[in-house]
Amino acid sequence: MIWYNCIKNSMNPFSLIGKTVLITGASSGIGRSMSIVCSKMGANVIITGRNAIRLSETFALLESGLHLQYCVDLTNVDDLQVLVESLPKLDGFISNAGIANPIVLQLTDSDDVDEMFKINTIVPINLTRLIVQKKKLNKGASLIFISSINGNNCSFYGSSIYAATKSSLTGFAKGVALELAPRNIRVNSICPGMIETNILKDANIGIAELEIDRLKYPLKRYGKPEEVAYAAVYLLSDAAQWITGSNLIIDGGYTLQ
Amino acid sequence: MEAIEFINNFAAQFDETDASEFTLQTNFRGLDEWSSLNALAILNMIGKKYSVILKPEDMKKANTIQELFDLVQLYKK
Repeated sequence: MIWYNCIKNSMNPFSLIGKTVLITGASSGIGRSMSIVCSKMGANVIITGRNAIRLSETFALLESGLHLQYCVDLTNVDDLQVLVESLPKLDGFISNAGIANPIVLQLTDSDDVDEMFKINTIVPINLTRLIVQKKKLNKGASLIFISSINGNNCSFYGSSIYAATKSSLTGFAKGVALELAPRNIRVNSICPGMIETNILKDANIGIAELEIDRLKYPLKRYGKPEEVAYAAVYLLSDAAQWITGSNLIIDGGYTLQ
Repeated sequence: MEAIEFINNFAAQFDETDASEFTLQTNFRGLDEWSSLNALAILNMIGKKYSVILKPEDMKKANTIQELFDLVQLYKK
Protein backbone atom coordinates (compact mmCIF):
# COMPACT_ATOMS: atom_id res chain seq x y z
CA MET A 1 0.00 0.00 0.00
CA ILE A 2 2.84 2.41 0.87
CA TRP A 3 4.48 1.57 -2.45
CA TYR A 4 1.20 2.22 -4.23
CA ASN A 5 0.76 5.60 -2.51
CA CYS A 6 4.33 6.62 -3.34
CA ILE A 7 3.83 5.79 -6.97
CA LYS A 8 0.41 7.42 -6.97
CA ASN A 9 1.73 10.68 -5.43
CA SER A 10 4.86 10.86 -7.54
CA MET A 11 2.67 10.45 -10.62
CA ASN A 12 0.26 13.16 -9.55
CA PRO A 13 1.37 16.59 -10.82
CA PHE A 14 -1.62 18.18 -9.08
CA SER A 15 -0.57 17.05 -5.61
CA LEU A 16 0.00 19.74 -2.97
CA ILE A 17 1.79 17.42 -0.55
CA GLY A 18 4.47 19.31 1.36
CA LYS A 19 3.25 22.75 0.28
CA THR A 20 2.26 25.44 2.77
CA VAL A 21 -0.53 27.69 1.50
CA LEU A 22 -1.99 30.89 2.97
CA ILE A 23 -5.68 31.48 2.15
CA THR A 24 -7.54 34.68 3.12
CA GLY A 25 -11.29 34.94 3.48
CA ALA A 26 -11.54 31.30 4.51
CA SER A 27 -14.58 31.65 6.77
CA SER A 28 -17.06 30.83 4.05
CA GLY A 29 -17.86 30.33 0.39
CA ILE A 30 -15.02 30.00 -2.10
CA GLY A 31 -12.37 30.55 0.60
CA ARG A 32 -13.72 27.74 2.76
CA SER A 33 -13.92 25.40 -0.19
CA MET A 34 -10.38 26.20 -1.34
CA SER A 35 -9.07 25.58 2.19
CA ILE A 36 -10.74 22.19 2.41
CA VAL A 37 -9.76 21.08 -1.11
CA CYS A 38 -6.13 22.23 -0.68
CA SER A 39 -5.89 20.29 2.59
CA LYS A 40 -7.33 17.21 0.88
CA MET A 41 -4.67 17.54 -1.82
CA GLY A 42 -2.01 17.40 0.89
CA ALA A 43 -1.26 21.05 1.62
CA ASN A 44 -0.71 22.51 5.06
CA VAL A 45 -3.03 25.50 5.02
CA ILE A 46 -2.97 28.74 6.96
CA ILE A 47 -6.43 30.22 6.91
CA THR A 48 -7.59 33.71 7.85
CA GLY A 49 -11.01 35.22 8.31
CA ARG A 50 -12.84 37.87 10.28
CA ASN A 51 -15.51 35.67 11.83
CA ALA A 52 -13.92 33.43 14.50
CA ILE A 53 -16.80 30.96 14.71
CA ARG A 54 -17.09 30.39 10.97
CA LEU A 55 -13.31 30.28 10.60
CA SER A 56 -13.19 27.52 13.24
CA GLU A 57 -15.90 25.67 11.34
CA THR A 58 -13.68 25.74 8.25
CA PHE A 59 -10.69 24.65 10.32
CA ALA A 60 -12.66 21.67 11.65
CA LEU A 61 -13.43 20.56 8.09
CA LEU A 62 -9.75 20.40 7.01
CA GLU A 63 -8.06 17.11 6.29
CA SER A 64 -5.36 16.16 8.80
CA GLY A 65 -2.22 18.30 8.50
CA LEU A 66 -0.14 21.06 10.07
CA HIS A 67 -2.75 23.76 9.66
CA LEU A 68 -3.05 27.16 11.32
CA GLN A 69 -5.92 29.62 11.66
CA TYR A 70 -5.75 33.36 12.31
CA CYS A 71 -8.86 35.38 13.07
CA VAL A 72 -7.79 38.79 11.79
CA ASP A 73 -9.24 41.92 10.26
CA LEU A 74 -6.89 42.44 7.34
CA THR A 75 -8.00 46.06 6.97
CA ASN A 76 -6.27 46.71 10.29
CA VAL A 77 -2.64 47.58 9.48
CA ASP A 78 -1.35 46.25 12.82
CA ASP A 79 -3.17 42.91 12.37
CA LEU A 80 -1.69 42.64 8.89
CA GLN A 81 1.86 43.21 10.16
CA VAL A 82 1.45 40.69 12.99
CA LEU A 83 0.01 38.10 10.63
CA VAL A 84 2.86 38.39 8.12
CA GLU A 85 5.54 38.37 10.85
CA SER A 86 4.14 35.12 12.23
CA LEU A 87 3.87 33.31 8.88
CA PRO A 88 6.18 30.43 8.00
CA LYS A 89 7.70 30.29 4.50
CA LEU A 90 4.95 29.86 1.93
CA ASP A 91 4.65 27.78 -1.23
CA GLY A 92 1.29 29.27 -2.06
CA PHE A 93 -0.85 32.30 -1.28
CA ILE A 94 -4.49 32.70 -2.31
CA SER A 95 -5.84 36.22 -1.92
CA ASN A 96 -9.55 35.57 -1.72
CA ALA A 97 -11.14 37.93 0.85
CA GLY A 98 -13.51 40.40 -0.77
CA ILE A 99 -16.94 42.00 -0.69
CA ALA A 100 -19.66 42.66 -3.26
CA ASN A 101 -22.50 45.08 -2.54
CA PRO A 102 -24.53 45.96 -5.64
CA ILE A 103 -25.09 49.71 -5.75
CA VAL A 104 -25.71 52.03 -8.68
CA LEU A 105 -23.13 54.77 -9.21
CA GLN A 106 -25.79 57.44 -8.77
CA LEU A 107 -26.18 56.44 -5.10
CA THR A 108 -22.56 55.52 -4.38
CA ASP A 109 -20.74 57.76 -1.91
CA SER A 110 -17.01 58.06 -1.24
CA ASP A 111 -17.25 55.77 1.82
CA ASP A 112 -18.66 53.00 -0.41
CA VAL A 113 -15.76 53.48 -2.84
CA ASP A 114 -13.16 53.56 -0.05
CA GLU A 115 -14.51 50.45 1.69
CA MET A 116 -14.73 48.34 -1.44
CA PHE A 117 -11.29 49.35 -2.70
CA LYS A 118 -9.80 48.81 0.74
CA ILE A 119 -11.10 45.25 1.14
CA ASN A 120 -10.97 44.09 -2.49
CA THR A 121 -7.80 45.79 -3.70
CA ILE A 122 -5.71 47.67 -1.11
CA VAL A 123 -5.57 44.82 1.41
CA PRO A 124 -4.51 42.17 -1.16
CA ILE A 125 -1.84 44.57 -2.48
CA ASN A 126 -0.50 45.36 0.99
CA LEU A 127 -0.58 41.74 2.12
CA THR A 128 1.32 40.67 -0.99
CA ARG A 129 3.77 43.56 -0.56
CA LEU A 130 4.51 42.57 3.05
CA ILE A 131 4.83 38.87 2.20
CA VAL A 132 7.39 39.73 -0.48
CA GLN A 133 9.24 42.30 1.63
CA LYS A 134 9.47 39.93 4.61
CA LYS A 135 10.76 37.20 2.26
CA LYS A 136 8.01 34.75 3.16
CA LEU A 137 7.86 33.05 -0.25
CA ASN A 138 9.81 29.95 -1.16
CA LYS A 139 11.29 29.74 -4.65
CA GLY A 140 8.75 28.23 -6.98
CA ALA A 141 5.83 29.57 -4.95
CA SER A 142 2.47 30.26 -6.57
CA LEU A 143 0.29 33.30 -5.85
CA ILE A 144 -3.38 33.41 -6.83
CA PHE A 145 -5.72 36.38 -6.77
CA ILE A 146 -9.43 35.62 -6.79
CA SER A 147 -10.69 38.28 -9.16
CA SER A 148 -13.88 38.17 -11.26
CA ILE A 149 -15.17 38.24 -14.80
CA ASN A 150 -16.85 41.43 -13.56
CA GLY A 151 -14.44 44.21 -14.47
CA ASN A 152 -12.14 42.02 -16.56
CA ASN A 153 -14.51 40.61 -19.15
CA CYS A 154 -17.89 42.21 -18.54
CA SER A 155 -19.87 44.06 -15.90
CA PHE A 156 -23.31 44.15 -14.32
CA TYR A 157 -25.80 46.74 -13.07
CA GLY A 158 -24.74 48.18 -9.73
CA SER A 159 -21.17 46.94 -9.83
CA SER A 160 -19.03 49.66 -11.40
CA ILE A 161 -16.93 50.08 -8.25
CA TYR A 162 -16.67 46.31 -7.67
CA ALA A 163 -15.58 45.92 -11.31
CA ALA A 164 -12.93 48.59 -10.83
CA THR A 165 -11.56 46.85 -7.72
CA LYS A 166 -11.32 43.50 -9.48
CA SER A 167 -9.72 44.76 -12.69
CA SER A 168 -7.21 46.66 -10.52
CA LEU A 169 -6.42 43.40 -8.79
CA THR A 170 -5.67 41.53 -12.01
CA GLY A 171 -3.52 44.44 -13.19
CA PHE A 172 -1.57 44.22 -9.95
CA ALA A 173 -1.19 40.45 -10.37
CA LYS A 174 0.35 40.90 -13.82
CA GLY A 175 2.89 43.40 -12.52
CA VAL A 176 3.85 41.15 -9.62
CA ALA A 177 4.07 38.16 -11.97
CA LEU A 178 6.73 39.97 -13.97
CA GLU A 179 8.69 41.11 -10.92
CA LEU A 180 8.72 37.72 -9.20
CA ALA A 181 9.40 35.62 -12.31
CA PRO A 182 13.21 35.75 -11.81
CA ARG A 183 12.65 33.86 -8.54
CA ASN A 184 10.46 31.34 -10.33
CA ILE A 185 7.45 32.56 -8.37
CA ARG A 186 4.24 32.45 -10.39
CA VAL A 187 1.31 34.84 -10.04
CA ASN A 188 -2.10 34.25 -11.60
CA SER A 189 -5.69 35.41 -11.27
CA ILE A 190 -8.87 33.39 -11.30
CA CYS A 191 -11.92 35.17 -12.74
CA PRO A 192 -15.08 33.35 -11.68
CA GLY A 193 -18.59 34.11 -12.82
CA MET A 194 -21.38 33.87 -10.27
CA ILE A 195 -20.71 31.19 -7.67
CA GLU A 196 -23.33 29.66 -5.36
CA THR A 197 -22.32 30.94 -1.92
CA ASN A 198 -24.00 32.37 1.16
CA ILE A 199 -23.16 35.84 -0.17
CA LEU A 200 -25.89 35.24 -2.73
CA LYS A 201 -28.35 34.16 -0.05
CA ASP A 202 -27.55 37.25 2.03
CA ALA A 203 -27.43 39.65 -0.89
CA ASN A 204 -30.18 41.94 -1.97
CA ILE A 205 -31.27 39.61 -4.76
CA GLY A 206 -34.53 37.73 -5.07
CA ILE A 207 -34.82 33.97 -5.61
CA ALA A 208 -36.76 34.45 -8.87
CA GLU A 209 -34.14 36.90 -10.16
CA LEU A 210 -31.38 34.44 -9.36
CA GLU A 211 -33.19 31.68 -11.23
CA ILE A 212 -33.54 33.87 -14.32
CA ASP A 213 -29.91 34.92 -14.05
CA ARG A 214 -28.69 31.32 -13.85
CA LEU A 215 -30.28 30.65 -17.22
CA LYS A 216 -28.12 33.35 -18.81
CA TYR A 217 -25.15 31.03 -18.36
CA PRO A 218 -24.66 28.65 -21.32
CA LEU A 219 -24.15 25.80 -18.83
CA LYS A 220 -27.47 26.86 -17.20
CA ARG A 221 -26.24 27.19 -13.64
CA TYR A 222 -23.92 29.16 -11.37
CA GLY A 223 -20.58 27.69 -10.40
CA LYS A 224 -19.89 25.71 -7.27
CA PRO A 225 -17.21 26.88 -4.80
CA GLU A 226 -15.24 23.66 -5.28
CA GLU A 227 -15.03 24.33 -9.03
CA VAL A 228 -12.99 27.44 -8.25
CA ALA A 229 -11.03 25.48 -5.64
CA TYR A 230 -9.98 22.85 -8.22
CA ALA A 231 -8.63 25.62 -10.46
CA ALA A 232 -6.70 27.00 -7.50
CA VAL A 233 -5.22 23.55 -6.84
CA TYR A 234 -4.08 23.42 -10.45
CA LEU A 235 -2.41 26.84 -10.31
CA LEU A 236 -0.77 26.04 -6.96
CA SER A 237 0.52 22.70 -8.16
CA ASP A 238 3.59 21.74 -10.14
CA ALA A 239 1.28 21.01 -13.07
CA ALA A 240 1.12 24.76 -13.70
CA GLN A 241 4.85 25.46 -13.47
CA TRP A 242 4.93 27.42 -16.75
CA ILE A 243 1.80 29.45 -16.13
CA THR A 244 2.21 32.98 -14.82
CA GLY A 245 0.38 36.25 -15.39
CA SER A 246 -2.76 34.52 -16.64
CA ASN A 247 -6.43 35.18 -15.86
CA LEU A 248 -8.30 31.89 -15.70
CA ILE A 249 -11.97 32.42 -16.53
CA ILE A 250 -14.37 30.01 -14.81
CA ASP A 251 -17.85 31.15 -15.77
CA GLY A 252 -19.88 28.36 -17.34
CA GLY A 253 -19.47 30.10 -20.68
CA TYR A 254 -21.07 33.39 -19.61
CA THR A 255 -18.53 35.64 -21.33
CA LEU A 256 -18.73 33.68 -24.58
CA GLN A 257 -21.92 35.55 -25.44
CA MET B 1 -40.78 59.82 7.31
CA GLU B 2 -42.51 62.21 4.95
CA ALA B 3 -44.39 60.97 1.89
CA ILE B 4 -43.41 64.00 -0.15
CA GLU B 5 -39.73 63.43 0.61
CA PHE B 6 -40.09 59.78 -0.37
CA ILE B 7 -41.70 60.74 -3.69
CA ASN B 8 -38.86 63.19 -4.39
CA ASN B 9 -36.21 60.59 -3.56
CA PHE B 10 -38.04 58.11 -5.79
CA ALA B 11 -38.29 60.60 -8.67
CA ALA B 12 -34.58 61.45 -8.38
CA GLN B 13 -33.72 57.97 -9.67
CA PHE B 14 -35.29 58.76 -13.07
CA ASP B 15 -33.82 60.91 -15.83
CA GLU B 16 -36.47 61.03 -18.53
CA THR B 17 -39.75 61.00 -16.62
CA ASP B 18 -41.12 64.42 -15.66
CA ALA B 19 -41.18 64.97 -11.88
CA SER B 20 -44.89 65.87 -12.07
CA GLU B 21 -45.70 62.29 -13.02
CA PHE B 22 -44.66 61.04 -9.57
CA THR B 23 -47.42 60.91 -6.96
CA LEU B 24 -48.32 58.35 -4.32
CA GLN B 25 -50.78 56.85 -6.81
CA THR B 26 -48.22 56.45 -9.60
CA ASN B 27 -47.90 52.87 -10.84
CA PHE B 28 -44.15 52.99 -11.32
CA ARG B 29 -44.04 49.66 -13.16
CA GLY B 30 -46.06 51.27 -15.94
CA LEU B 31 -43.58 54.09 -16.54
CA ASP B 32 -41.84 53.99 -19.92
CA GLU B 33 -38.50 54.50 -18.18
CA TRP B 34 -38.97 51.66 -15.66
CA SER B 35 -36.23 49.01 -15.89
CA SER B 36 -34.28 46.61 -13.72
CA LEU B 37 -31.63 49.33 -13.33
CA ASN B 38 -34.26 51.69 -11.87
CA ALA B 39 -35.40 48.89 -9.57
CA LEU B 40 -31.86 48.46 -8.23
CA ALA B 41 -31.50 52.23 -7.84
CA ILE B 42 -34.76 52.40 -5.87
CA LEU B 43 -33.61 49.56 -3.59
CA ASN B 44 -30.28 51.35 -3.08
CA MET B 45 -32.07 54.64 -2.39
CA ILE B 46 -34.28 53.01 0.25
CA GLY B 47 -31.19 51.45 1.85
CA LYS B 48 -29.25 54.71 1.88
CA LYS B 49 -31.98 57.17 2.81
CA TYR B 50 -34.12 55.03 5.10
CA SER B 51 -31.72 52.31 6.31
CA VAL B 52 -34.15 49.65 5.13
CA ILE B 53 -32.83 46.69 3.14
CA LEU B 54 -35.57 45.49 0.83
CA LYS B 55 -35.21 42.45 -1.37
CA PRO B 56 -36.59 42.54 -4.91
CA GLU B 57 -39.17 40.01 -3.75
CA ASP B 58 -40.40 42.52 -1.17
CA MET B 59 -40.46 45.21 -3.80
CA LYS B 60 -42.57 43.05 -6.07
CA LYS B 61 -45.41 43.41 -3.57
CA ALA B 62 -45.59 47.09 -4.48
CA ASN B 63 -46.88 48.59 -7.71
CA THR B 64 -47.54 52.16 -6.62
CA ILE B 65 -45.26 54.56 -4.79
CA GLN B 66 -47.79 54.53 -1.91
CA GLU B 67 -47.44 50.74 -1.57
CA LEU B 68 -43.66 51.00 -1.57
CA PHE B 69 -43.79 53.86 0.94
CA ASP B 70 -46.01 51.74 3.22
CA LEU B 71 -43.61 48.81 2.90
CA VAL B 72 -40.63 50.95 3.91
CA GLN B 73 -42.58 52.35 6.85
CA LEU B 74 -43.49 48.83 7.92
CA TYR B 75 -39.84 47.75 7.92
CA LYS B 76 -38.76 50.89 9.76
CA LYS B 77 -41.01 50.05 12.72
